[in-house]
Amino acid sequence: MILKELSEAIGISGDEGNVRAILLDAIREHVNEIKVDTMGNILAFKRGSGRRRMRVMLDAHMDEVGLMVVGHNGDGFLQVRTVGGIDLRLLPGTLLQVGSERTPGVVGIKPIHLIDGNEGNRGPKIKDLVVDVGAKSKDEAKSLAPLGTYISFATTFRELGPTVRGKAFDDRAGCAVLVELLRGERFRFDLHAAFTVQEEVGLRGATTAAYAIDPDCAFALECTIADDTPKDKKDVSSTTELGKGPAITVMDRSFIADRRLVQLLTGAAKELDIPYQIKRPGIGGTDAGAIHRTREGVPSVAVAVPCRYIHSPVGLLSLDDFDNTVQLMRESLSRLTRRTLNKGREKN
Amino acid sequence: MRELIRTLTQAYGPSGAEEQIRAVIQAEIKPLGDEIQVDPLGSLIAHRPGGTGQRIALCAHMDEIGVMVTFVDEKGFARFTNIGGVSSLTCVGARVAFADGKMGVIGLDRKRDDRSKIPRLDQLYIDVGATSRDDCPVQIGDTAVFVRPFIHMEGDNGTRLVAKAMDDRIGCAVLIETMRRLEQTPHDVYFIFSVQEEVGLRGAGVAAYGVDPDIAIAVDVTSTGDTPESFPMPVELGKGPAVKIKDRRMISHPMVRDMMIQRARQADIPFQREILEWGSTDAAAMQLVRAGVPAGCLSIPCRHVHTPSEIVAETDVENSVRLLLEILQTE
Repeated sequence: MILKELSEAIGISGDEGNVRAILLDAIREHVNEIKVDTMGNILAFKRGSGRRRMRVMLDAHMDEVGLMVVGHNGDGFLQVRTVGGIDLRLLPGTLLQVGSERTPGVVGIKPIHLIDGNEGNRGPKIKDLVVDVGAKSKDEAKSLAPLGTYISFATTFRELGPTVRGKAFDDRAGCAVLVELLRGERFRFDLHAAFTVQEEVGLRGATTAAYAIDPDCAFALECTIADDTPKDKKDVSSTTELGKGPAITVMDRSFIADRRLVQLLTGAAKELDIPYQIKRPGIGGTDAGAIHRTREGVPSVAVAVPCRYIHSPVGLLSLDDFDNTVQLMRESLSRLTRRTLNKGREKN
Repeated sequence: MRELIRTLTQAYGPSGAEEQIRAVIQAEIKPLGDEIQVDPLGSLIAHRPGGTGQRIALCAHMDEIGVMVTFVDEKGFARFTNIGGVSSLTCVGARVAFADGKMGVIGLDRKRDDRSKIPRLDQLYIDVGATSRDDCPVQIGDTAVFVRPFIHMEGDNGTRLVAKAMDDRIGCAVLIETMRRLEQTPHDVYFIFSVQEEVGLRGAGVAAYGVDPDIAIAVDVTSTGDTPESFPMPVELGKGPAVKIKDRRMISHPMVRDMMIQRARQADIPFQREILEWGSTDAAAMQLVRAGVPAGCLSIPCRHVHTPSEIVAETDVENSVRLLLEILQTE
């Protein structure tokens, strides 16, 4: 399963080479052209079968959140900062892989025996967290993990019944969906796939990818928050729920989806009885936020595989949701024509 | 012009769902014979070819703030999130209209931890008259706008116009009226009615990329400093259109700023200088397009911005049209 390989690869924002190598191998035989741009995005082109072909961009980001070494303490501990959004409460005691050698490490933690009343309730500050790689001196720590070394969660991929667990499903799940789409039959339109870098630090790779591709419309393939765990307030909705199908974004903090593309997706889902859910509006952001503002503007939408505990050492997603996302995308894309985008925009 | 303002402010068009207001504007400007196009994100762009002068883009945004349903509970009440700068202070008891005209009333959770605090948006809900999730006529992702009738108030200092969505339908009205009165221009003029300003100036940037203008001027509302206990700000209602010097995200290009001031002086049009310490306009997005665009902003002074009762002075509106005409008609 390519999702396992992708999940276990390390590719924190700015250092996506390992993930890129896996993806290049996976898609090479299924596309007409392939290149890696200046930022490190993979831009792959799969020619369509129709005439007067549209340019359709499918995007998934390769990078994941992680840590970076920013200093060394006299006693051999590493000082770190987060790359992308990580809840610091997750970190104490977390197992890590440091650098390309995957040196084992752990985030230092004060034993519970030594914690007094209130201290345990407070979230840690990043300055107070150190990573322990077993070094006994500053010099040893420096040679094991020089400044700028990336640190990733150490999580192995496992199947748990109908679900799988692993790290970095955001957005390796989206990458895997895009690989599946590229491996299938070609569409009528020209498919421009972008596996992007640096999404987690501000949609940076997608900005240049979309400029280069100059698409007629775009789909961001994502992995999004499934917070369907018990709530303290009964009339608050989940962002998405596990097992309820692919999540379609109508509005998040980065963009407002093009309604014609939302209708294309929901229409295909209803017609073929593919489960889907509308992601709770107003939360999160995706590469679509950068793509839709490119050049003269790009009608865009985001479709995501729901995943519990994203941006943590371990996420959990449903393989049914994954398969349904691939199917919904394939069916929707096969229904996508110029008319889809001309709706409501007739010239006069 | 009052009827035009009424029509525009009463139309429906929250950010991202501008189809209805776009159709209204399109119908208003169609008889003028300009070349009209809708760009990929939905902005309406009318082109008035003139002479060999500058390529000038004038931009007013047609979207308005609103709300979007995030959840319908088992009793049929709809929770919502904001589209643009919506304050819970203006929500309690407000009425909202959905795209198809369905109405709702915003209610407030009665149980709150601290009732002396301004409620959060998630403590508000839309009551659409439903009794259960099944008979609720709205669903997740549906959008609505605040409704409030258009009125005018007469006073010694002239007429005040009051409506929801003056921000920025008044700018749209000024643009349309300018198009109507503009007989000849030595410039190549593009009138942009942009989308999604209220959620981050998203429409104007891409529209300006397509137009690729030599000069870009946003036409939008600005706050005033003439209400009780307001922050110090010398802009007042009725003292003429404001020429923007700077705001939170943009410093007007000195050439554009000075040109606007000079045109106002030569035609004896009252004007004010504006420095807005918070907020911004489409000019900020247009300024940074491609290799950069000299940009400025003509602001219409407006009280109670982002409430359902935004007030402008009718004379300021008229003088804004005059100033734009002066800008477009001068070599």
